[in-house]
Amino acid sequence: MPATSVVLTARGLTKSFVGHTVLQDVDLELRAGEVLGLVGENGAGKSTLMKILAGVHSPDSGSVELGGETVSFSHPVQAQQAGISTVFQEFNLLPERSVAENIYLGREPRSRGLVDVGQMHRDTEELLTGLGVTGLRPGQRVRTLSVAEQQIVEIAKAVSYDARIISMDEPTAALAEHEVELLYGIIGTLTARGVAILYVSHRLKEIFRLCDTITVLKDGRQVTTKPAAELDDAELVRLMVGRSISSFFPDPVEGTVVGEPALELRDAGNGYVDGIDLTLRAGEVVGIAGLQGSGRTELVEGIFGVRPLTRGTMSIAGKQVRPRSPRAAIRAGLAMVTEDRKATGLALNQSILDNALGVVRAVFPRRTSQARREVPGLLSSLEVSARATDQEVQFLSGGNQQKVVLARWLTTNPRVVLMDEPTRGIDVGAKHSIYELMRSLAADGVAVLMISSELPEVIGMSDRILVMRDGRLAGELPAGSSEEAVLQVATGVTAAPATTTPAPTEEVAR
Amino acid sequence: MRSRLQHLTSTGIVVAVLVLSLVVGAILTAIEGRNFLSSGNIDAILTGCSILGLIAIGQTLVILVGSLDLSVPFVVSLTSVLAAGHMAGEPGNVVPAVLLALGIAAVIGLANGLVVSFLKVHGFVATLGMGLIISGYIGSNYQGSHGLAPRSFRLIDATQIGPVPLTFLIMLGCALLAILMLRRTRLGHHLYAVGGSPEVARLSGIRTSVPVVVAHVLCSVLAAVAGLLLLSRLSVGSPTIGSQGDYDLMSIAAVVLGGTLLAGGKGNIVGTLAGVAIFAVLDSVMGVMQVNPFLKDVIRGLVIVAAVAVYAGREIDRRPARFDRPTGLDAVLQETK
Repeated sequence: MPATSVVLTARGLTKSFVGHTVLQDVDLELRAGEVLGLVGENGAGKSTLMKILAGVHSPDSGSVELGGETVSFSHPVQAQQAGISTVFQEFNLLPERSVAENIYLGREPRSRGLVDVGQMHRDTEELLTGLGVTGLRPGQRVRTLSVAEQQIVEIAKAVSYDARIISMDEPTAALAEHEVELLYGIIGTLTARGVAILYVSHRLKEIFRLCDTITVLKDGRQVTTKPAAELDDAELVRLMVGRSISSFFPDPVEGTVVGEPALELRDAGNGYVDGIDLTLRAGEVVGIAGLQGSGRTELVEGIFGVRPLTRGTMSIAGKQVRPRSPRAAIRAGLAMVTEDRKATGLALNQSILDNALGVVRAVFPRRTSQARREVPGLLSSLEVSARATDQEVQFLSGGNQQKVVLARWLTTNPRVVLMDEPTRGIDVGAKHSIYELMRSLAADGVAVLMISSELPEVIGMSDRILVMRDGRLAGELPAGSSEEAVLQVATGVTAAPATTTPAPTEEVAR
Repeated sequence: MRSRLQHLTSTGIVVAVLVLSLVVGAILTAIEGRNFLSSGNIDAILTGCSILGLIAIGQTLVILVGSLDLSVPFVVSLTSVLAAGHMAGEPGNVVPAVLLALGIAAVIGLANGLVVSFLKVHGFVATLGMGLIISGYIGSNYQGSHGLAPRSFRLIDATQIGPVPLTFLIMLGCALLAILMLRRTRLGHHLYAVGGSPEVARLSGIRTSVPVVVAHVLCSVLAAVAGLLLLSRLSVGSPTIGSQGDYDLMSIAAVVLGGTLLAGGKGNIVGTLAGVAIFAVLDSVMGVMQVNPFLKDVIRGLVIVAAVAVYAGREIDRRPARFDRPTGLDAVLQETK
């Protein structure tokens, strides 16, 4: 590794909130042109560390040195002006404004006192071209962009501050695999320009692919900082959670019986999906893979009556049904864990208990009191860590929130559980308990249909893998298929995908 | 057809509806045996647009920034009586009286804006309170009409340039300035940003209180201009002129009809003006047809709700359907694929 200059040094950063220490004595060193990976479970202090560097929080003790000078920020803008930009996990974009207006928000170029819209568009064009992005027009409204394109706008905004340091919090959480490549390309461009990158991710594969150095945090403390080449998957997971990777995707529970068809679709379709033939049996965990926009979410929304199916037949446990609303679907024995737990999965300012009982109360009011008795047991079997069941869910970590979403559906005793990205943006430990829950549901004779953008997850968890492409089921693959096989069906590319992923670092990741 | 409708912006729809209502209005008026394009009728419509237009421009700014102003009718009344009282029929008092009215309105707007942005009281509540305070002040100090505007001031309302009343041109001038501000100044851009998401704006280094306060001040000042134009028309100050016009709810209705999002962050002045014009045309036609005044309100109400229902339906999901009714060439292409 060539000798590179240190641009930022943090020493002994400590931060606590209301008596709870979330970060203790953490050191950090960022070098120009290098990517530092920051890993750890949710609650390990990664976000807090990023927010300190971004000027959102100020540390209780410890110091940050930027280019040899000690700095302290009281507002995010000061950090930005000093050359530290942050791409937060939640998009900080205005959906009704254009790409250019979002990027130059607060710094609109002016001539003679008026905003120079032409200049702003030219600057945006130049910025995007510099990042190797084509096909994004400066005047486009952000609302009309895909998630990946919005992510690019976020990064372009960060870059436009002439940042020397860019930190990214789970930038790929909402991206499909092929979109991730685009992001890797942009990161490559940035490091070639000498930008230092702090990269937070739960996806170990990309950590190894991208990072030069890895820092592991656990419970607010720094476990280790090592060159990526000295670590491997198993070691990293062990450092993060103290659990070995072999047990990461649990095997089916002993005695799980694959039984009668629980959900059948014949030639079903609506405006978004078409020609769907699918049989899901009791006791099965079936994964749905596919690129972003291939119609995966639309399929489960069709089944669940969000956008009702208009063609073909559907039956649950042998009985013909066609839910016209989620309510009808729930009555027929379906449950759906939605993609975005904060927007559509939970009532954030209601308590854990109210959330867990939300669906039962609305749809099966007579079963409420029985469900109320089940909730504590359910929560503890899901290992939800919370002060009490009357705590508002907005104060829980992502993983615990997702467990409450699951509890909310399990209280309805569903026959079929549809899960859309059930482990997005949650920590390794919580992921593991959700995997175990899926297995135990299957053992109880429930059928599970899981959408996931993470190929290892689909492959590791599914008894069968269905792959979608352009709104249709493009193929079915057996358990344990290779990632390449899934991608081939998903993209419809039959040639070896070696040309699209020229990745010697893949070897390291294995 | 469907896809073309999908691509129309909200403003496009409002303007289309305006054209449609002009055509239908002209036909209905002709059936009644009157000429829709008669100078008297055009004058009535344009004058009807001016007062509500001025207030609705201000209301657009306030709604865009994520607030609301319910105090406008009382600002209209207050400026009307204050200015009339200070003019007292003397031409020499016109300028100081106008400045006083605008200044007081600015202070009211400033107070609204400060309460909204610093005390974090929602605009709905803050301006409701302000409206009550002004209403109480007017009620206890002015009974019946008050003061007198001199002839020189009354000329503003009487002057016409060709078929166009001067009041309408004043409104149009204010609209153009507001459009310029929204499109071409940082303040305008930041107004949209704060209305869209105060947090995003803050993280981008915008002082979020500035657009909020400015929008409220401008809204009040524009309401004061409307109050002065009303004074010029009536020649005496009236303590109830604002509430009689229902300017609070009518201006909000015009803004929403114009496609501006009630939650803020999206919308424009052109849509609002079209919304105001639609109401003016409706009024004119219903006036010619001698529609019962209560039925008028029913029709206005239906128009507002229908318009917002159309926008809401469009905003829910703009993802194109992949398999909806393939016809003609599309069907052939899908077959061969």
